[in-house]
Amino acid sequence: MTDKYDAIVVGGGHNGLVCSALLAKSGKSVLVLEANDQVGGAAITREFTDGYSVSACAHLLYQLQPSVRKDLKLKPQLVADDMTTIALDEDGKHIRLSGNSVTGVSDDDASSYRAFHKRMTRFAGLLNTYFNKAPPRLGPMDLSNLVLLGRLGLSVRLLGKKEMREFLRLIFMNIHDELVERFESPLLKGAVSLDAVLGTHLGPRSPNSILTYLYRLAGDCGRVALPAGGMGTVSDELAQVARSAGVTIRTGMPVKRIVIDNGRVAGVETESGERFDSMTVVSNADPKRTLLDLVGAQHIEARFTHRISNIRMRGNAAKLHLALDGLPTIAGLTQDDFAERLVIAPDEHYVERAFNPAKYGQSSPEPIVEMTFPSCRDASLAPSGKHVMSAIVQYAPYALKGGWTDAARREFEAATIRVIERYAPDIAKRITASELLTPADIESEFHITGGHWHHGELTMDQLMFVRPVSGAAQYRMPVDGLYLCGAGAHPGGGVSGAAGRNAARAILGREKAA
Amino acid sequence: MSVQHVPLGRLRTPFYERMVKLDTLNTWHEWKGYSTPDALYCAETEYFAIRNATAVFDLSPMTKYRITGPDSLAYLNRLVTRDMAKVKPGRVAYAVWCDDLGQVLDDGTIFHLREGEYRLCSQERHYDWLITSAIGFDVTVTEETADIAGLAVQGPTSYSVLSAMGLDGLGELKVFGLMHFDFEGTELMVSRTGFTGDLGYELWITADKAEALWDALFAAGQIFGIRAIGVHALEMSRVEAGYLAAYQDFLPAKATVRNGRTRSPLELGLEWLVDFKKPNFNGRRALAEEKRRGSTWRLVKLDIEGNKAAHHSYIYEKSKNNRKEIGFITSAVWSPICKQNIAIGTVKMPHGAPGSTVWVEIYYQREMHWNRAMAKAIVVDKPFWFPPRRSATPPGPY
Repeated sequence: MTDKYDAIVVGGGHNGLVCSALLAKSGKSVLVLEANDQVGGAAITREFTDGYSVSACAHLLYQLQPSVRKDLKLKPQLVADDMTTIALDEDGKHIRLSGNSVTGVSDDDASSYRAFHKRMTRFAGLLNTYFNKAPPRLGPMDLSNLVLLGRLGLSVRLLGKKEMREFLRLIFMNIHDELVERFESPLLKGAVSLDAVLGTHLGPRSPNSILTYLYRLAGDCGRVALPAGGMGTVSDELAQVARSAGVTIRTGMPVKRIVIDNGRVAGVETESGERFDSMTVVSNADPKRTLLDLVGAQHIEARFTHRISNIRMRGNAAKLHLALDGLPTIAGLTQDDFAERLVIAPDEHYVERAFNPAKYGQSSPEPIVEMTFPSCRDASLAPSGKHVMSAIVQYAPYALKGGWTDAARREFEAATIRVIERYAPDIAKRITASELLTPADIESEFHITGGHWHHGELTMDQLMFVRPVSGAAQYRMPVDGLYLCGAGAHPGGGVSGAAGRNAARAILGREKAA
Repeated sequence: MSVQHVPLGRLRTPFYERMVKLDTLNTWHEWKGYSTPDALYCAETEYFAIRNATAVFDLSPMTKYRITGPDSLAYLNRLVTRDMAKVKPGRVAYAVWCDDLGQVLDDGTIFHLREGEYRLCSQERHYDWLITSAIGFDVTVTEETADIAGLAVQGPTSYSVLSAMGLDGLGELKVFGLMHFDFEGTELMVSRTGFTGDLGYELWITADKAEALWDALFAAGQIFGIRAIGVHALEMSRVEAGYLAAYQDFLPAKATVRNGRTRSPLELGLEWLVDFKKPNFNGRRALAEEKRRGSTWRLVKLDIEGNKAAHHSYIYEKSKNNRKEIGFITSAVWSPICKQNIAIGTVKMPHGAPGSTVWVEIYYQREMHWNRAMAKAIVVDKPFWFPPRRSATPPGPY
């Protein structure tokens, strides 16, 4: 029997794969158990209707960390590595954002945007201080902790007096107030608002929406890439690297529980009743699923359980996949433009109004949309001459009042198509098949509580030192041998691999210290 | 909800009217929102009712929660440090519960009323903690403090009183056992528990039957010297019994703001209540760590020379020269029945091992002027008052 491993990773999402590969490279025997038949978690490519494939959940790559690429010698095949964002205008006067430049707006706006982008990128760099390491602990005053903590303080101070003040002013603010002060173009304000709130339960006027914007920039300065063959190829490459490092990956093996014996981890038990032993279990699942479902409240402390159960992680982002018999027409766009990232957020108020119903458990009658037509760059995704659209549509609250019934789903899909039709009047005619994934579907397909792709809101009270919750921000959970390596841990979601890498380092570092 | 006028902002217990009739002193204070008497006649007389006859104490203000549901055992086992699986239906357990850091939130008694149905009874309110702890468990926690009236019936003749009242079969009830009786069509629960360290029982009934119960009890008890008592007499007897009082001998962890003012069960002499063999309980990790590293504090029971009660005294290692302060007294009383000057205190580890000698600095007043005495004290590990009759089954017919 070789059912005993040095480490078992629960869930083969991209972070789980990164973590397992790094552990295996350090000589550990590692088993990855993935519930679905395909590894990758929310970073997979799958067919949603005959002949048409899309990235089923995450569809753009904008944060894969250089450190992860380097450590694992990853060379993801990209069909685009710095996509332009086109914010659509009903009259065809679209604006285009790329790096620090924006076109289609006044000269004033263009130069304001350059300054804005520069500053935001600089501030995002501060968030990046700890992106690739475990955040320091705030209690114990040992030297390495203090040095790490000091680095953030120092980086903030080194901004200079003026910029430091600006940073401290902005960090808790909402993006709306900042945008109305700086820009006149409604379209520009809408597009930046959308970037700030995508994947969150925030509107542009919600406090913290600057922080989420900075987080988006923190990974890779906001550069957006599109992998060849969809996100699944990134996961496939990671799985390949993991396997060649010696990791055993078993798919179709949902874990039922993490076995706790005498206050410490002893292994896992799968739904099918198989038992695997290990003194180290690393969970790629979200913190709620890991601790409340797989471990169970009886094995963890009450206040800690309370904190975990209070993590805010109710998704609002739905995925809409369309099979199209041809590209739609959008006034003012060329065929090539469909290969870029298209967003529908005509102004900052529109975004806020889209959010309003979500506060009360209703979906947006006029949602915001981030669209990609990946088949424009990658013919493998659709039959020849045909296309697929992959869109993130917001807000579709997880806990919809009345639930996600067929009628509710039809209504939200129709609302989305109506909004897209304002720009692409012939879109409905082009549709041959469609698939809507609400946060409830994302929860059941990808096993993410609340269907929240970040495994928890990226807000001040759930970030860095307190992600997922205070007392557990260093990947180690308060059950001996249990670690968290997914997006619910620091630094958070996005296909960055940072959490997986940091977790692996925490596990190996702890062993060295012991 | 209608607003009810409450004189003095204090609630009245279901026994209030009965106590007022017996009251000769009119000295009352507030206890968890209720009016409760310091004493009704004279604290010393009442004390001797506990030790020589039967004393009746109204403990209705004690906080009571009903815990039910399929997970009630698993829930309680995570909540408290002792193994509740060993507490069968019809048994009562003294228990202590901790926060995540293994610091004591409170102590209390848990009554296993029927299979899977419990009552938790404590000094402090804990509803928030209990419902927080319920996350992930299929249990219902119901606050029933105001619905259930409670009477402590304590003293050597208490068994005789209750038997005379018609509670047949009570003789078989062991210490920490409970039985259900019918009282005028209502269920009366009797547990052999108490806060006096003597033979005694506690009676629990719905509030609407409280006065009828009181009347029946006093009618039956007349020839056995039954007497209603106040808090002062009870306080003397509980120190003799070596029981802890929240806010006196320890602070509930939630009531502290400064680091190091909380206590773990190990620091309160309650290690016997901490079962590291059970899979998990709240605070287990922290307590296992404390056990490995050693505790900071130790609770001590002191037998002090002289007859001046050592209220609020410092405890020293030696009487003079470099006499290093090692702790302080938290409860003190001259014990009339033991004829001993006794106290409960807290000392820093490793001081205060049972049998060791420490010194207590006692301040006392003589005609306005303060005097100071250094008194020698021996650390004892048994309760000061622990008579065989407390646990004799069946109890004697005193």
